[in-house]
Amino acid sequence: MTPRASLPRLAAAAAFVLVLLVAIPLAITASHRTDLYYTLSSVALLSIASAGVWLTFYIGRINIGQGAYALVGGYVSAILVTTYGLSFWLSLPLAGLFCALVSAVIGLPILRLRGVYFAMVTLVLTEVARLSALALGITNGAKGITNIPPPGPISLFGLTLVPSFDSFAERNLAFYILSVVMMIVCFAALYRLVNSRVGQLFAAMRQNEELASSMGVNVPALRVLAYAISSFFGGVGGAIFAAIAQSIYPSSFTVNDSVNFMLNCFLGGLGYVFGPMLGTLVLYFGWDLLFQTGEYQLLIYSGVMILLMLLLPNGLLSLRLRGRSAS
Amino acid sequence: MEQIVANGLYLGAQYALIALGLTLIFALMNVLNFAHGQMYVLGGFVTYEVYGLLRWPFVVALIASALTLAVLGALIERFLFRTVIRRSEREESTMLLAAGIAYFLDAAILLLFGEKQRGVRKIVTGVFSWDNLILPWDRIVVAGLAALFIVAFILMMQFTKPGRAMRALAQDRTAAQLMGVPVEFYSLLGFALGAMLAGLAGGLLVTITGVNSGIGGPISIKAFMMVMIGGAGVVGGAIAGGFILGMLESVGLSVLHAYGDITYLAIFAALLVFLAIRPNGLMGKPWG
Repeated sequence: MTPRASLPRLAAAAAFVLVLLVAIPLAITASHRTDLYYTLSSVALLSIASAGVWLTFYIGRINIGQGAYALVGGYVSAILVTTYGLSFWLSLPLAGLFCALVSAVIGLPILRLRGVYFAMVTLVLTEVARLSALALGITNGAKGITNIPPPGPISLFGLTLVPSFDSFAERNLAFYILSVVMMIVCFAALYRLVNSRVGQLFAAMRQNEELASSMGVNVPALRVLAYAISSFFGGVGGAIFAAIAQSIYPSSFTVNDSVNFMLNCFLGGLGYVFGPMLGTLVLYFGWDLLFQTGEYQLLIYSGVMILLMLLLPNGLLSLRLRGRSAS
Repeated sequence: MEQIVANGLYLGAQYALIALGLTLIFALMNVLNFAHGQMYVLGGFVTYEVYGLLRWPFVVALIASALTLAVLGALIERFLFRTVIRRSEREESTMLLAAGIAYFLDAAILLLFGEKQRGVRKIVTGVFSWDNLILPWDRIVVAGLAALFIVAFILMMQFTKPGRAMRALAQDRTAAQLMGVPVEFYSLLGFALGAMLAGLAGGLLVTITGVNSGIGGPISIKAFMMVMIGGAGVVGGAIAGGFILGMLESVGLSVLHAYGDITYLAIFAALLVFLAIRPNGLMGKPWG
């Protein structure tokens, strides 16, 4: 059953959007912590990429290759903007589509793998992307691509819809708005997808591919579709990331990032669409907060992670579920 | 040419030892041990401390490495993996735990041993040369020891009671339990053994390549590749995968040298194509 968009649910979503787009910028302006714009944009973008990983989890595949698509997306956008002088706004969907196309080609054979096999292949994929970026000419090797110009204006029939990012006094505010809007769009799309007919087929595939197949579900086509959407998210996230950082290097997204995307999903909870968003926020800020502990940062961080796994093996959002079923 | 083959065999023996431990843990527990590379590094550092700093005999250092890792592996299985496997709804959760342990060991190793590259004195000096083949003796000894451990491991798995129990466990956990195999104990033993093999490999290789706290992750990735080539959870597959990767690396480094640093890119690409044709590796069972 598709849950109906009830009024309280819609109100909660609207309130969430208002908080993200109005309350947080106001609070940041009031407290002069403008560095938070960059942090929060990063969280938004990483959670977009994590949302992609979450979708592959949803069809029952452990994806540790999202770093590859984030890297590819970043490079495609950067190359289109710097070498071919394309507008950033056009390069963004192109980066996503390019990743989706690449993932469809790669996904056709490798999605036949399951469980640990798929996980290991995708892990290798991240290394392939990094090594390719180092070896290819168009990506400029280890030097990477730097000085990517910020996004220009969008105008339609002489009407400026989005002003040039250079015209903002606080350029990171513009990036913050862009990242958050993209995050909202992506998660709304993901929510809609999961609660659609196709989403139910995905869930059926996760439970039992053979059974789903015997019911007439076109399993190979659907799993490539899910993987392509997942990679699209990765590519879009990577492309905006490259634009914010104004640079991209082969080491911008590595195996560690791929693993982190997966961890974000786990931590938030694999059973909840908004799990990756929460997981990214908690992990990113947790990591940042521990910065003061200096050399013990990684030790405490990973220690807490292990403890969380012991106490809440089904993710943070399972707390809410437990509370609800108890009441 | 002989040189390349000899190097490949030497590398392969080391790699096979690493892959064996990983595949054993996978076969018994269905856990992909992300921390395998870190366990290898820890084994290397223990040998560095005992053999390099305390100047005790190499054999003692090797035993110390093996024991440390066996105890660590047993503790990790008993207190972490067993709990999470019991409580979690999805078996993938163990991957998060394994990744957490990998980070934790990385951090602990960095704090304990620092970030410097560490090496120890040679265990045997001199160079073996024959025709146009040149190999330092210590490499031959290390490769021989690795081969010895591999053979001992296979013999144990084939002909002893614990070995038989672990094979039964790998085949079908429930059936093994119904036949009266104490599965919990053998999971513990298997994990300890897998970790021990990683520690042994680390202890052996520190005498040649040295060790530093950052190589855990890359070693894990290499181990994953070997297991994928051979087929996850199969002892023979891990050994084959180890030797194949060692050989590919040795050949690749000399043949592709002219084209820059693309050996690993070529190996990865070949692996993807290979897995597209044979998803379960050389000897893997369908869907592990």
